[in-house]
Amino acid sequence: MSAVLEVHNLVKEYPGVTAVAGISFSVEEGSCFGMLGPNGAGKTTAVEIMEGIQSASSGEILYRGKPIGADFRNEAGMQFQSTALQDHLTVRESLQLFRGFYKHGADLDELIESCSLEQLLSRDNRKLSGGQRQRLLLAIALVNDPKILFLDEPTTGLDPQARRNFWDLIEKIKKRRTTVLLTTHYMDEAYILCDTIAIMDHGKIIAHGSPESLLKEHFSDVIIELPREDFTVSPTSLPWTVHEKIDSVEISVASVSETLAKLLELGVSIDRIKIRPRNLEDLFLELTGTELRA
Amino acid sequence: MIARILAILHARNIEFLRDRSALGWNILLPVLLVVGMGVIFSGDGRSMFKVAVLQQSQGIDLTAHRFLQTRFIDFYAVGDLDDALAKLSRHQMDMLISPADQPPQYWVNESSPKGYMLEKLIAGTGSSDFIRGTVSGSAVRYVDWLLPGILGMNMMFSCLFGVGYVVVRYRKNGFLKRLKATPLTPFEFLTAQVLSRLVLIMGLTAMVFAGTSYLIDFKMSGSYLALFVVATLGATCLISTGLLVAVRTASEELAGGLLNMISWPMMLLSGVWFSLEGTPQYVQDIAGLFPLTLLLDAARHIMLDGAGLAEVMPQVTQLAAMTIVLLAIGAWLFRWQED
Repeated sequence: MSAVLEVHNLVKEYPGVTAVAGISFSVEEGSCFGMLGPNGAGKTTAVEIMEGIQSASSGEILYRGKPIGADFRNEAGMQFQSTALQDHLTVRESLQLFRGFYKHGADLDELIESCSLEQLLSRDNRKLSGGQRQRLLLAIALVNDPKILFLDEPTTGLDPQARRNFWDLIEKIKKRRTTVLLTTHYMDEAYILCDTIAIMDHGKIIAHGSPESLLKEHFSDVIIELPREDFTVSPTSLPWTVHEKIDSVEISVASVSETLAKLLELGVSIDRIKIRPRNLEDLFLELTGTELRA
Repeated sequence: MIARILAILHARNIEFLRDRSALGWNILLPVLLVVGMGVIFSGDGRSMFKVAVLQQSQGIDLTAHRFLQTRFIDFYAVGDLDDALAKLSRHQMDMLISPADQPPQYWVNESSPKGYMLEKLIAGTGSSDFIRGTVSGSAVRYVDWLLPGILGMNMMFSCLFGVGYVVVRYRKNGFLKRLKATPLTPFEFLTAQVLSRLVLIMGLTAMVFAGTSYLIDFKMSGSYLALFVVATLGATCLISTGLLVAVRTASEELAGGLLNMISWPMMLLSGVWFSLEGTPQYVQDIAGLFPLTLLLDAARHIMLDGAGLAEVMPQVTQLAAMTIVLLAIGAWLFRWQED
């Protein structure tokens, strides 16, 4: 695969603040690239520079090997974190407005169907629910049948069902080999959707690779989780790393069977035990030493 | 490019037409003002009289005639009799006197209530030596003189706030940022905004023009084509002024303040309600730079004096030049987002 987007040493400085502190990466054609991090990590600033919405203080961005130009505007689809649409327009009229900006693009009827907007076409765009509005904004981002799609925290504020539905839409887009660049602070979302991720914190990329390879690289253990009231022994008496939470205790172990045998030997109830592999949230904790700040 | 302009033009038109309260106000306000002010100013609504004194020097010699010493009358000098009589016929002055003549003369517009009052004043001050004259040809009613002012004022507010305020709102709520992510260029966006507002304001003004013509039967002596050209250019110039306010700001409050700062002087000094005849020359010079002044001067010349396009060419040229300059500066300064 070839790199469709290349970012070289990108920096964005505001007076007294460095929002993006020299990041570099490339996005392969047809892949889904995720930028993860808490609010204020610099994700949106970095993406808006890539989109051409903001200018960089320094650094270089290449689209298909060339600086961002007119081709990029025609071939890129963008969904911002928050977007206002023109008042008084229906869903269909909003789509027609943006479709009118491009010579070539998607068939509107197909787009309406794929984004499940059929029942909303004559509704004023100001009267949509959060999930409906995000589907409309995604459809607007797709009106030009983009080769590369930027999605900036597209599921923030959505209920779990709406998030799931949105993920299904993104999966459909991925199947069409559209390159997707997604920012999110939901680690599960990144894990499910992204082929490659870059974890950002304080304007820097602190980890970069596929979710599986990053987890494999940083972890060789699994997590055993017990309700706190069932954990009746002293953590210091155990040979494993124990992380005490408000309602539960997490034990990081290399061998599940040996651990369970030892816990039974100590008289700990394992009736309500949960065993899970390490996830991206654990990775973020490992890398930054802090909980993910939503 | 054309398709993109048409797309945003169409969307803007829908947005405007579906905002019923704004649309209704745009139609209702000028009709109410024309009818209301026509009634008010046909009576004794104003206490100040403007009397032009025919003489070659600028200063008024109050000793030249006892009538010149009457209080609460604004006496000012004019040099050209024909020009003064034309202004008298158009209610730009209430009376013209020539105290140096032997015997002294005065002229009034017989349809002017204030002219009538001044005649009574002359009789009351014992100035019976005056010879009475009236303006020749068809005198103009105050409402005939007022109507272009009301229509022009309505156009001004619609052009300034309808474009300036809307663009600022678009910038503030992030819609312009979203447009920046498309192939739409600032030139295309601004062109669509100008055309949209121009088409709508010309359509609405034509409706109000026809409606008030039916209600009042005002005077329209000149060419409709010339009036259309002048109104189109005037509206475009005012829209360009509104755009210039909106090219960068994202604050509706600031934009509102700036637009008020532009519109109120124009409303008061462009001759919407009353003529600036007799005011200091510098006031007239400043007012002469306002797009609304140029628009109203040309429109009244066409409607009241029967002027054609050639006769209002100075105003047409100035409006066109101002429009080009304002649009060029606006396009150059325009930003989709705040810096």
